Amino acid sequence: MTSEHTKVALRPEQATIPPGHSWNRLPLIGAACVLLGAVGCAILGPGNPKQFFFSWLVSFLFFLSLALGGLFFVLFMYACQGGWGIVVRRIGETVFATIPVMAVLFVPLLFGLQYLYPWSVPGAAEHDALLRWKEPFLNVPFFVIRAVIYFIYWSFLALLYYRSSRGQDATGDPAVSARLRKFAGPGIIVLALTSTFASVDWIVSLTPHWYSTMFGVYFFAGSFIGFIALLSVVTPAMRGAGLLDTVITAEHLHDLGKFLFAFTSFWAYIGFSQFFLIWYANLPEESFWFKARLEGSWEIISLLLMAGHFGVPFFYLMGRTVKRKGWTLAVGGTWLLAMHFVDIYWQVMPTLHPEGVRPSVLDVAAFLAVGGCFVAAAGWLMRRQALVPLRDPRLAESLAFENA
Amino acid sequence: MPLLLPQLPQGPHYGILAEFATPADLYHACEKVRDAGFTKWDAHTPFPVHGLERAMGIRRSPLPWIVLVAGLTGAAFGFGLQWWVHASAQPLVISGKPLFSWPAFIPITFELGVLFAAFGAVFGMLGLNRLPMHYHPLFRSKVFERVTDDAFFISIESWDPRFDPSATGKLLESLGARSVELLES
Repeated sequence: MTSEHTKVALRPEQATIPPGHSWNRLPLIGAACVLLGAVGCAILGPGNPKQFFFSWLVSFLFFLSLALGGLFFVLFMYACQGGWGIVVRRIGETVFATIPVMAVLFVPLLFGLQYLYPWSVPGAAEHDALLRWKEPFLNVPFFVIRAVIYFIYWSFLALLYYRSSRGQDATGDPAVSARLRKFAGPGIIVLALTSTFASVDWIVSLTPHWYSTMFGVYFFAGSFIGFIALLSVVTPAMRGAGLLDTVITAEHLHDLGKFLFAFTSFWAYIGFSQFFLIWYANLPEESFWFKARLEGSWEIISLLLMAGHFGVPFFYLMGRTVKRKGWTLAVGGTWLLAMHFVDIYWQVMPTLHPEGVRPSVLDVAAFLAVGGCFVAAAGWLMRRQALVPLRDPRLAESLAFENA
Repeated sequence: MPLLLPQLPQGPHYGILAEFATPADLYHACEKVRDAGFTKWDAHTPFPVHGLERAMGIRRSPLPWIVLVAGLTGAAFGFGLQWWVHASAQPLVISGKPLFSWPAFIPITFELGVLFAAFGAVFGMLGLNRLPMHYHPLFRSKVFERVTDDAFFISIESWDPRFDPSATGKLLESLGARSVELLES
């Protein structure tokens, strides 16, 4: 039996954070951010609860979408038996293993539903025919039940894939990969359904009259580009810090760059299609959502997204050299990560501030609090694990990977 | 421009063809031919041999630039055409939209960008490879028929500055060629 099991292609010390390394401080840095953010929220939140809940929602959605993007990435890597990316898979696994933390960070929102979602205000449906029609779906108990279902399913997937992969580090059992692959196909389908419903629940229902059948895909496109952008920042940063520098090569960075390039285009394609159909049909119950985002200073943000989330990175990432150098890829990744945040901000905030862009200190505080939890959880896991799936059957293939 | 230059060497000899038994032999021979400074030569195999382009010292193809320019041309053409038609040549209000409604122009701009880029890729590739070419002196060789089967070849053309009918043949023999053949034009 053991002879069939995958041998160690890497020495564990090539793929762990050595004692005393600065990356060991990630949980501490994260905790400091949480403290700062929590203090900020506690001081400013009670004075402006509406702003607090909207800010919290934006940051929560941003970090949750990165984790969901990671789930998509790892699941379809299994489903299509991708070889090249095994060396970066553990980073993805670490990112989505924070989903249970995200479930906890969702709880504060439940205390502010009436600030966020007009349909949740008691009696809202009485004078509103559309809300009355939607009431069987848009009511508080069912909303909470759905959220619980999403988080149970996502946490189940996250822990299943994270723990099985960690387990394989010890046993080298190739059957683990086979089992996870078998589960990946149906897993992705249900993941796509749950993330579609979640995006409708949490973003679209901020304006309960609006609907867009494309929104689920739009949310997926954003999540995926966000995650790949994160990976494109973290991987070169790790190499720069002397982690995995013997493992991850320019070839892997090149493929991350290709993903980044492909999915900025995909995001633009989906985003434009959503806008285009609504703009062209020009039905008032659909077009008001975009009208709000094309008026006042929100128009600048819309144009910024067009140019910054698509135009500039499209040409920046087109060349080969940019994708193969750590720092140039990291610049692209950082930029797109920022643009992904702007995208989510642009989806949520015009509902709160239809008069124009109104940045708030609470935006920063909520970002620090949620982001700090995310960094602390991921950093804590990274200290305790190998940074690469050490005995995955395809690791050797991934280590030797070259772009044709 | 490759299309405007003569495609084959002028003179009595086309060049020299050397046959190798295995991909490994061919690969190492290519490295030596490259290091000897030859420029007008090629390797022929029945299947892709990974890394051969490095062993041959081939520089990156300019094709991506052709595709980029063609794609941008197509996009600009598509956008410009619609602009001209809708806002200038035949102004017509459609579904209450302004005459210059750029969102409506995007699908065709995108499609023409893709179409022209594809044309750039296909015809650029054919042009850079000097195709179509209906005749080639290599087909005079009897052993060369096995190039699609189980043999591996290097051909060095006679207009290479370092080409010498006897010395180049000896070089290829010393690199492990199974047979060396001087081909007429």
